[in-house]
Amino acid sequence: MESLINTVKSVPLNHYILLCSIIFSIGVMGVLLRRNAIIIFMSIELMLNSVNLLLTAFSVYHGDASGQVFVFFVMALAAAEVAVGLAIIVMIYRNTNSVDTNVLNRLKW
Amino acid sequence: MGIRYFVNINMNTFYFIAFLSIFFSILVITAKNPVHSILYLVLTFFTFTVQYILLNAQFLAVVNFIVYMGAILVLFLYTLMLINLNKDSEPVKSNMVKIAAVLGGGCLLVVLVGCLKQVGVADPVVLKDPGLGLVQNLGKVLFNEFLLPFEISSLLLLSAMVGAVLLATKDPKPKSV
Repeated sequence: MESLINTVKSVPLNHYILLCSIIFSIGVMGVLLRRNAIIIFMSIELMLNSVNLLLTAFSVYHGDASGQVFVFFVMALAAAEVAVGLAIIVMIYRNTNSVDTNVLNRLKW
Repeated sequence: MGIRYFVNINMNTFYFIAFLSIFFSILVITAKNPVHSILYLVLTFFTFTVQYILLNAQFLAVVNFIVYMGAILVLFLYTLMLINLNKDSEPVKSNMVKIAAVLGGGCLLVVLVGCLKQVGVADPVVLKDPGLGLVQNLGKVLFNEFLLPFEISSLLLLSAMVGAVLLATKDPKPKSV
């Protein structure tokens, strides 16, 4: 317990911000790079998780438990989002026989 | 002296875990096979769990372990099993688009870091209250201040469940209008 508390003492907040920004940007790159709908979805999960970690770090930094409760709500939201999104992906696959996002270009001008 | 030793060990743990999470998340978006991608995502989420433990957010660590690594990724694997992508059928994007995507992500990273650097001026993250992330404390906050959002989130989960079942069931015959 003592060692756990002292851990956090030594890591600056800036490094948490840097880590979470890097992982968020990797998620954005994943959305832009890949054409497989499932991998795009996983990149979105990556972005959600990096934001969760940053919220927790700020919550510990300010000594306020609301940030961690908010992370809990984000997790509930992510679970709902994954259920609906994967259902949509299954439906897309049933209609087009692929999960390539470039097939879905009817709304493209 | 003993505490100093622990500080160094744990600080190194933070940087090591941070390196691992960046490494695995890069592997997630570059792996060719979607199954490998999901397995790397499991490892990434595990490193996040370790980060929560280092921040002494024990409740979030357990929830992250159960909900993300247990439920959500199993859902991903099941979907992948349903849509049977055994051949690597994903066509690759052109190099131009790839370079543009990496540049765009890099620009976003620079902007984010530049903006957020103003927020905390290199202050160390000190855990003032050791019981902050424990279940008891979080439960008190959740059921006093955040009771209404908590109940509404149950409605959200219910509607998501109904929506998922409605979307994923096959129509017996398509309605022709």
